[in-house]
Amino acid sequence: MARDFFAEIVANEAVAEKVFRLTIDAPTLAEESRAGQFVHVKISDELTLRRPLGIASTASGVKIFYRVVGRGTQLLSRRQSGERLNILGPLGNGFTPRGDKVLLVGGGMGLAPLLCAAEQFTADVLMGGRNADEVNFWREEFHTRAEKIFLTTDDGSVGLYGFVTDALPDILAANHYAAILTCGPEVMMRGVARLAAAKKIPCEVSFERRMACGLGACLSCSVDTADGRKKVCKDGPIFAAEKVFGGERDE
Amino acid sequence: MNELLRTELLGMKLATPILAASGTFGFGEEFEDFVDLKRLGGVMVKCITLKPRRGNDGVRIAETPAGMLNAIGLENPGVEKFLSDILPRIKDRTNVIVNISGSGVEDYGELAGLLDVDGVAAIELNISCPNVKDGGIIFGTDERQAALVTAAAKRSTSKPVIVKLSPNVTDITKIARAVESAGADALSLINTLMGMQINIHTRRPVLGNVTGGLSGGAIKPVAVRMVWQTAQAVNIPIIGMGGIQSAADAAEFFLAGAKAVAVGTANFVDPSITMKIADDLATYLCGAGLKNIGELVGKVAV
Repeated sequence: MARDFFAEIVANEAVAEKVFRLTIDAPTLAEESRAGQFVHVKISDELTLRRPLGIASTASGVKIFYRVVGRGTQLLSRRQSGERLNILGPLGNGFTPRGDKVLLVGGGMGLAPLLCAAEQFTADVLMGGRNADEVNFWREEFHTRAEKIFLTTDDGSVGLYGFVTDALPDILAANHYAAILTCGPEVMMRGVARLAAAKKIPCEVSFERRMACGLGACLSCSVDTADGRKKVCKDGPIFAAEKVFGGERDE
Repeated sequence: MNELLRTELLGMKLATPILAASGTFGFGEEFEDFVDLKRLGGVMVKCITLKPRRGNDGVRIAETPAGMLNAIGLENPGVEKFLSDILPRIKDRTNVIVNISGSGVEDYGELAGLLDVDGVAAIELNISCPNVKDGGIIFGTDERQAALVTAAAKRSTSKPVIVKLSPNVTDITKIARAVESAGADALSLINTLMGMQINIHTRRPVLGNVTGGLSGGAIKPVAVRMVWQTAQAVNIPIIGMGGIQSAADAAEFFLAGAKAVAVGTANFVDPSITMKIADDLATYLCGAGLKNIGELVGKVAV
């Protein structure tokens, strides 16, 4: 059940350019949340709206990764350890648990919810980023949680030169997975979903939308699906790929 | 505490004079983890139209100084599904006030007729949505149209009819008088103020709909002023809303002449805010030596 509570900030540190790792002390949240779920955070009294942030780890404190892109994340980056943060969560549905090994495919900040999936499921991960700086800290985070790590960068500075969708066919040819879980830019998730469908591997995608309430009431985050309009905050953020990319137009 | 806040509005018994504003509270059930619906005066549910609507494309909300813009575009499942699936789930949990919108005068009549059923406490006419092109706002900014829509709804239903007024007018009291003459049982005000935000890097509007409705703390003084002006102009009850975030904010609306208030955007910030406002309002009344909220209504000394 979602709760509205305060949690102490344990750490809030930069791990790459403009990317921060926030650790909060929230044992009940850690216990109750599933990979793929998120929290809605009241960052500052200067803001009206909360900000949705994916849960990246529940192992020792709850960890959240964010990139400073606007005023909200800028204000969050200034919050100090020892301060208290108002949290609403856990929210959303989470990934479907699988008994067998899954492949996690993520790009950029999309890797955050997949880190939690690596913690909770047996998984390999295929990660993409623009350059070495962007993927190196993710590689360290996944190192102890995922079995195999496959890497691509847009500039070829580390791993395979290219996008995750360039590396995916060979990985799928050499390994067997119960499902593919993907999070990142929509164009990337579409490409991953197409390759998964061709191999008849179940694929789940994680959506991101601006949202106000996080509870399914305001309809800020509605998307088209094969089953009609759905709310990213409550019906998602995890959707079966064929339901959201099934030839329907995207938003 | 019960007696302090208990009140009656349009024949509805309200446990507290605090309602949830349409579009910010879904159908009420979304907030049940955080709110005792029985302690709300009622829920003004998400706007219902004759046919289902998918709403606007693109970005639907944006943060603004002390508020937010929204351009949802009246996404809703349509009246048929509301009556078959949603109303049975919520009708015994709270006073259900159904907010309706149409693209023609006859739509309002038809919707009011279809909603003249057990479980609906009142109907709120949305003649002030700034986010759809095919209706709403046109009825809210033209006295004649506003009166026609009100009369059409009144003719078709035995339920009390509340008309939700737009602040995007030169003189709100003219519209208020027009709908009162046409038979409105109560007024609710204000709806959102039309606004716009531009991304200076892309040079594109932030909202997919280009413009949107401004809500939140920023609009409260405008709302209080309009409630006060309208209260002098009409004899029917007013439900005040616009940027209420605390009991102190709510008290301003009662003093300005509102018989009840509705909380909107603040529900997004704190899902249990309506309960806190009710508690704090009771404390305020106690401290002021009042026995009931009714004693505060319209008592601003000008």
